[in-house]
This record gives sequence, structure tokens and C-alpha cells, in this order.
Amino acid sequence: MNLWEKMYIPAIAKGMSITFGHMFKKKPTVNYPEKKRPFSPVFRGLHVLNRDEEGRERCTACGLCAVACPAEAITMEAAERLPGEENLYREEKYAAKYEINMLRCIFCGLCEEACPKDAIYLSETFAPANYTRKGFIYGKEELLIPNPVTEAAEFAQAKGRTERSEGRGA
Amino acid sequence: MHLTLLAFDWVLLLEKAVLILIIISVSLVVAMYETWGERKVAAFMQDRRGPNRAGPGGILQPLADGLKLFMKEEIIPQSSSKFLFVLGPGLAMLTAMMTSAVVPWSSHFHLWGRDISMQIADVNIGILYIFGVVSMGVYGIMIGGWASNNKFSLLAAIRGASQIISYELAMGLAIIALLMISGSLSLRTIVEQQQVGRYYVLVQPLGFLIFLICAFAECNRTPFDLSEADSELNMGFHQEYSSMKLGFYLFAEYVNVFISSAVMATLYWGGYDIPFVNDASLVQRIGQNPVAVLQVLSLFVKIVIFIFFFMWVRWTIPRFRYDQLMKLGWHVLIPLALFNMLVTGFVVLLRQNHWHF
Repeated sequence: MNLWEKMYIPAIAKGMSITFGHMFKKKPTVNYPEKKRPFSPVFRGLHVLNRDEEGRERCTACGLCAVACPAEAITMEAAERLPGEENLYREEKYAAKYEINMLRCIFCGLCEEACPKDAIYLSETFAPANYTRKGFIYGKEELLIPNPVTEAAEFAQAKGRTERSEGRGA
Repeated sequence: MHLTLLAFDWVLLLEKAVLILIIISVSLVVAMYETWGERKVAAFMQDRRGPNRAGPGGILQPLADGLKLFMKEEIIPQSSSKFLFVLGPGLAMLTAMMTSAVVPWSSHFHLWGRDISMQIADVNIGILYIFGVVSMGVYGIMIGGWASNNKFSLLAAIRGASQIISYELAMGLAIIALLMISGSLSLRTIVEQQQVGRYYVLVQPLGFLIFLICAFAECNRTPFDLSEADSELNMGFHQEYSSMKLGFYLFAEYVNVFISSAVMATLYWGGYDIPFVNDASLVQRIGQNPVAVLQVLSLFVKIVIFIFFFMWVRWTIPRFRYDQLMKLGWHVLIPLALFNMLVTGFVVLLRQNHWHF
């Protein structure tokens, strides 16, 4: 190194001009929560239990999602449909208790792939924070999508966030 | 006014007390907002935004930080020496604040028939006082490191102390060359000379460079911050501290930055002189008080530019290794400062002798 380089002052000055230039560049920061980064359509977020067009729950408590889950996050209890409840459930067996432990879930989507009735799928939102572990065990009320027949407005809003369930078969 | 109780000037005492209060609060507020400035400048240089949630643009962030520090638990390690443990941060903050006593913040205000000078103590050994106080700053670090009863803190404190005393020498030698030209140690005289002549940075560029590098070392700022090297020694000598004692150490560093910037601006860049403007004729046109306010503003603009420069260097240059640092201080800066002194002495003698040998 010659004397000019050994002084390090020119190198320091060059470095400082680079950092100074960076001050005026555009920042890639996204101002969450005012703006959110757009997710891809196949993003795996929170689970949603689906209903069909008449508002009947699709889940039949077959247990395939619980078996497929690698983290053993899903538990359920089945019940038989009573004669007056045809408008609530599609088939004769339904899930009386359906719980997903969000702390165990790894959001892999295997339950979505395993379900034969298109009853569960993963939406775009992600799990909000909570103070206790018990708050993270989501029961059926938090997971079910609102009824399109009785609560049309909420259903439309919920559907608006998840466009992937178009074109799914029975 | 005839307040001749005990035959000394009570009003002067009151005036100085108010001035001291104002300067201390301003130092603390500036140190607080330096933390905000540091985070914003660091963020902008790293292509991100910095704190922008607490108040518009993150302005209230230092208040949130201060509140957080107050609310934390005060941990005093049981095997430490309690008296020294509490004394360390206090000493660091004390020496940081004491230096502001001799810096001239403005010329003088003319209020109520009195000339109130904006310098707490115009001692005629101003620069020597600054060096004395800065040397005492070493105590704050050493005591902090020793009292923690922690080998790593002690190591870091020893490194920090040796760094400070090595660079004090070079700083003093650089100032001697300045003294040869100005002929006086009093800071106000130096500023007044710069008001009529040219700024001393043009007369002593090498001296300014040496002083700048030594100021970085004195404040323990990157690239000389191995006493708090985040990746090597954790937090260095203030590792065992929590809550406001830690806050005092961090604040003392920022107050040191502020005061070093003020001293640099005063010694080399004209202090409170408004650049490119003839201050005496401005006084004739506008009046003394507005000009004094403008002069304070001009000093603060210079200080802010220097503080930005401190932060700019921190986020650009990697840290020095300990032996590189010592080599720089003793092998490079002291010979350079001596050379500067020689050349300055030579030119001053020549000038006195009317430019012939």
C-alpha cells in the first residue's frame, strides 16, 4: 500500500460517501399495520372450517386431518345428527367439538390436502398474539366461516379475504 | 441594585445559577434527542426507517426510553462494592456535565441594564480546565468496571481507560499548536479572535483532524468503542448495570459527544460566530439581544452538524482492534501532533520576524 492508501482517510471518505448516499435511497420498509405486504394466493395462514352454499357445515369429523397433522394439533369429537338439524350439517356425522392448538400447528397445509369434504382450508390471515396458552386453542366458533344464509354480510367479508375456495367441488 | 448583604453581587449569583440550570437541562435534552437522532440516522443509513411510532416521526421515543429505564428493576450485584457501584455512573455524568461550564454559548445578552454573559465561567485557563475534567472521566469508567466484580467488565474498563489516556495526549499536543497561534487559553478569547480573523480550521487543518480523531476516542465512540464492543465483551464495563445507572452511563456518553462537538466547534469552527456575517455590524443594525440569540442558534447548528458527523462515522467504519488502536494513538497521532506543533512554531516565529530568517 502506498502512503496515500495507508492513511485510510481516502478509504474512509469513500465509505462515508456510500453511507451518506444510502440515506436518500428509497426504503423497502412497509408501514405495517397501515399497509400490509400482499401475500401470494397459496399462503398458508389461519384455518377456516367451510360451509356449503346452503349454510350447512361440511366437516364430518372423519378424522383424516387429525391423522395427517404432523404436529398432532387437531382434536375432535364426533356426534350424530339429530332429525331436526338437517339444515345445520351436511351428513349424519358432524364434529361436536373441533379444536386446533395454534401453538402446535406448523401451518403446513397437510390437513387441507387430506380433507375429503373440502371442509378445512388455510386462509390468508395469521394468528394474532395472545396472553395465555389457553387462548391459542381455537374451538369451532373461531374456526367456522360465517353462515352465508343467515349471516350473509359477514360471510361475504370473510369470503372476500379468501378467494381460493372458488371452484372446489362438492 | 443595592443588594449589599455580605458585600457580594447576589444578582450575579442568581444569574449564574439560572444559566447553570438552563445549560444542564439543555445538555440533558440534547443527549436525549441524540438517542433519537442516532437511531434515525442509523436507520436511514441502513435503508430502514427508524422509530416512527411514538409521536410523529418518533419524536417522543426518548421519553419512552427514559420511562422504560426508570421502570426497570435496580439490580446491585451482591458481591460488588455498593458505594463504588453507585458512584461510577455519577462520576461519569458529573465529568461530562462539568465541561460545559467553560464553553461560551453566546456573546452576551443585554437585559435589565446588565450585560449577562452566556458563559458560566470565563476562566483564563479554559482549555486546561476541559482537559482536567476529561481526564477525570477515566475514573467513571474504571470505577464502573472495578465495582462490578466481573472479570469481563474489568477487562473492558481497563481497555477503555487505556484508550482514553492515550488519546488525551495527542489531543493536548494538537491544542498546543492552536495555543501558539491564539496566545490565550480562554475559550472566549479564542472565539473572539476567530470572529475577526479566519476560523482556526483553515489555519490548523492537521490539528483539527487530530483533535477530531481524539474526540472520537474520548467519547468511546466507534471506531474506538471496544470498551463496549457489543460482540466481544457484551456491554463492557456497564454490563452489570441496570435501570437508571445504565441510563447514566449511556447518557454520559451522549453528553460527552455533545460537549466534544461544542468544544470542537468553539476551538476550530468559530464557536458562536455566525459564518459569513460581520457580527459587530449586525449588532449595530438589529441590536444586541437578537444577535445573541442568532449566535446561540449558529453554535447549535454547528454542534448538530458535528453530532451528525459522529453518528455518520459510527455507522460506516468497523471497530479497531486493541493493538491497532494503541498503535494509532502512540505511533501515529503523537508524532503527527508534534510535527504539527513544530511547523506551527516555525511559521509563528517567521511571522514575528517579518518573514526573514
